[in-house]
Amino acid sequence: MKADHTLDCMGLLCPMPVVNTALKLEEMKEGEVLEIVADDKGIKKDMPAWCEATGQECMSIEQKGNEFHVFVRKKS
Amino acid sequence: MSEKEQANIILFSGDLDKALAAFIVATTAASMGMEVNMFFTFWGLNVIKKNEGSLKSKGLRLWMLNLLNRGGSKRLTLSKLHMFGMGTAMMKGLMKENKMPSVDELIALAKKLGVKMIACTTTCGVMGLDEDAFRPEVDFLAGAATFLGDARKAKINLFI
Repeated sequence: MKADHTLDCMGLLCPMPVVNTALKLEEMKEGEVLEIVADDKGIKKDMPAWCEATGQECMSIEQKGNEFHVFVRKKS
Repeated sequence: MSEKEQANIILFSGDLDKALAAFIVATTAASMGMEVNMFFTFWGLNVIKKNEGSLKSKGLRLWMLNLLNRGGSKRLTLSKLHMFGMGTAMMKGLMKENKMPSVDELIALAKKLGVKMIACTTTCGVMGLDEDAFRPEVDFLAGAATFLGDARKAKINLFI
């Protein structure tokens, strides 16, 4: 999956991954895709929940070793 | 355009662990686009008092109170296992190693995300505190009526 921007959240615990995602998405244009890289296991549930609450699209979550790559498309 | 959902948090405790929990919930809610208000009352005022300087005290009781209850984010302790400072220090060490934000960092983050921080006028009156006792991030002082006026519209109301 290709992304327009990447956000490194490795080593960061909740709430930092979602909070940083919120701040980064604000700077991005509608339709752009953000790739968040984190090792917080909670992100598998946190990011879809956050996206549902904010109306953003959680496209996919890929796991590579201990890294989670989450792809979010900005919808609004 | 739908109206923003509201979350209100009353922080009554002045413990480090409870303050962290309150701010983590507040910042996460704000990151989800919610309008967040934090009402600091009683021991909770310790979380938002200025760290530096001294508190003005009129009378013996307030002098004693401010001595034993100086407050300020750097003086907060765990609600359990404080162990004369050892427990709090060890917990702070664990949090730092795990890159967990400190109270100061969470206050800055909350401010950035638009969280409103309100200090309780009644507690301020009893403890002899005015605006000067608090850090600049505090928005204003207000009473329960002001806070509840907003709280009744809120989807989430927490007492920590």
